[in-house]
Amino acid sequence: MKQSKSRPLTREQVDQFGAELDALHTRVRDDLGQHDADYIRRVFAAVRYTEAAGRVLLYCWFLPPLWVLGVLLLGLSKILDNMELGHNVIHGQFDWMNDPYLRGRDWEWDIVATGDNWRETHNFRHHTYTNIKGMDDDIGYGLLRLFPEQRWRPFYLFQPLVAVIFALLFEWGVAIQDLRLGRYFKGKMAPGEMAAAFRPVGRKMRRQMIKDYLVFPLLGGPLFLPILAGNALANIMRSLWTYMIIFCGHFTADVDVFPKSVMNGESRGQWYLRQIRGSSNLRGGKLFHILTGNLSHQIEHHLFPTLPANRYGDIAPEVRAICRRYGVHYNTGSLWLQFGQVIWRILRYSFPSKPVPVNRVRLLAE
Amino acid sequence: MVASTVKKLLRAGDWLATPLNAARYLETINPLWSDHGRGRVERLIQETPDTVTLVIRANGAWAGGEAGQYVQLGLDIDGVRYWRCYSLASPVQPGSREFSVTVNRLDGGRVSTYINDCLRAGDLVHLKATAGDFVLPAQRDDQKLLFISAGSGVTPVMGMLRQLIAERSGADVVMLHFSPDYAHCIFHDELRASNSEQRRIHLAVTREDARDGDLAGHFSADMLEQVCPDWRSRQAYVCGPSSLMSAVSELFLGAGLSSQLKQEAFVLKRAEVPEGAGGKVGFVVAGKQVDADGKTSLLEVAEGAGLTPEHGCRMGICCGCLATLKEGQVRDLNTGEVFGESGEKVRICVCAAAGDVSLEL
Repeated sequence: MKQSKSRPLTREQVDQFGAELDALHTRVRDDLGQHDADYIRRVFAAVRYTEAAGRVLLYCWFLPPLWVLGVLLLGLSKILDNMELGHNVIHGQFDWMNDPYLRGRDWEWDIVATGDNWRETHNFRHHTYTNIKGMDDDIGYGLLRLFPEQRWRPFYLFQPLVAVIFALLFEWGVAIQDLRLGRYFKGKMAPGEMAAAFRPVGRKMRRQMIKDYLVFPLLGGPLFLPILAGNALANIMRSLWTYMIIFCGHFTADVDVFPKSVMNGESRGQWYLRQIRGSSNLRGGKLFHILTGNLSHQIEHHLFPTLPANRYGDIAPEVRAICRRYGVHYNTGSLWLQFGQVIWRILRYSFPSKPVPVNRVRLLAE
Repeated sequence: MVASTVKKLLRAGDWLATPLNAARYLETINPLWSDHGRGRVERLIQETPDTVTLVIRANGAWAGGEAGQYVQLGLDIDGVRYWRCYSLASPVQPGSREFSVTVNRLDGGRVSTYINDCLRAGDLVHLKATAGDFVLPAQRDDQKLLFISAGSGVTPVMGMLRQLIAERSGADVVMLHFSPDYAHCIFHDELRASNSEQRRIHLAVTREDARDGDLAGHFSADMLEQVCPDWRSRQAYVCGPSSLMSAVSELFLGAGLSSQLKQEAFVLKRAEVPEGAGGKVGFVVAGKQVDADGKTSLLEVAEGAGLTPEHGCRMGICCGCLATLKEGQVRDLNTGEVFGESGEKVRICVCAAAGDVSLEL
């Protein structure tokens, strides 16, 4: 069994480490202003304009290249809406602007998942209990086995196929994540309780479906089917991209998962350490970072989830330098390298693996 | 008719715009097409060295208001939206929806300084509905009115005066306005020009020698008797610094005429908070108030008071605990920073009271 690439730190080192990151956070937060406000409003406008252009081009079925361009633009719009706009606004990264339009708590996005469910599963559970087995549902989403720490069951033999279907329908998977169907099927949740939890999710799904698969196609008259197909392809394009980026954030080869015991008396420094060791970055150009919603800077995002994501690129070299000084592994690589490692995990852990020693991952030296 | 058709179309458009609404798409093209109150600054008029008038043209979504009421004006300054109340210093023009507000620079006032130094014609502002009963009586043509103002307190009074002049009202007006000196007398020329048999406008200066016919010194009962012997029979309005407000209201109270006096105060008192001190925390929804120190998070204070506010991580990252600040200021326990604008959402799990605060919880 491979050992973690990060060395355990003493308590003093962890405190010092945390203080340096706190100082970095404070410095950036104090510098927020017009530039960041303009940025997120530009992203909002870009989402709206690409969406409008994409939807109009879909009505050009008689000129197939334009229809294809329409699909790509609409897919691009949904990716931007999902990642650089929705994900980041919902985190409250722009709450400091005091603009009710950009308030994380009230934000809704163009996806079947509700903002409310996301605030619970992602903002709270995933970001607080990052990579703690049994606490962070994002570890395999209750569907996949990605770490040897997860117990093997025969169902996982179908995992390569399940993973592909899950990728195609990722927005639906995210939408029902908070319902925790597993608990329902095990009889731990009353039908009435499930119905109540499903109601807002169902409403959101219905409205999204009516928009993409009924109203816009109907406006096309005889073009009903080409428009419907274009909208479906754009949604699938978004699902595949977000799946790939999100999986690269926590399921690459060198990330650590943690037992629940790490939470006992966890200091701020230890929390930072866990965020870094449980996350991995992606290298790429400026446009690539924007398309990932800056989740290519997954490490910076997990350290400072409420800092505007357009700042992550600026602080990444400093975070990396701090990590180097403390001997903490800073996990980064190209999309293909990182996603290759994710695929390897999906394939490898569909099969049984040797039990893992209980305290394999240690944050502290003593 | 047109408006209701537009509304119906927009509602139909919402099916295409879900989860947003159609108006959000329209205002991406032109912010004034918003379904929220927005306005464009058409002109700026420098009234005195530290006072500027904004002539604002509002969009159709803004409900309008009456001269003398205050409007909440929202400005984005370095990316952050601040709201301030300003009196309508003119009636709202029915066709163009134009109105004006006049803003006096306050020492250390972020918004008033920005308006005086940085705002330009063509800039956009946010508008919320007007409020306040500092307005002219509905039946006013045969009324006798008395306006008393000082400093920037002249702005709502000017709004009412301009309205009376515009509608050629038969109301009989006496006005008494105080300024430190002539250079700082807002609307000086217009006030002089508006003086007439029917609207007798008296200017008083407190830190300069008075010129022909003007008065010198601060407000007193004698001065009022001198310029307006029949003040007891008038509907009166007063707006200005607290010293003027209390002098006038005491005079009316003593005469048993308080019901004839309308008052408008601009300044809210904000206590100076010593470093690290807490204060009283009010929870307006629950109707509770408790004492808190300056280092216990408001979330813990609320829980200690038996409330169960929504929350998530309890460490300031998930924003699941945001609560609306009604009054007062809070201290970010992570950074020590003291902040807080009324209406701002704060993360109560990492903020403590900095003086008295009240929260919408």
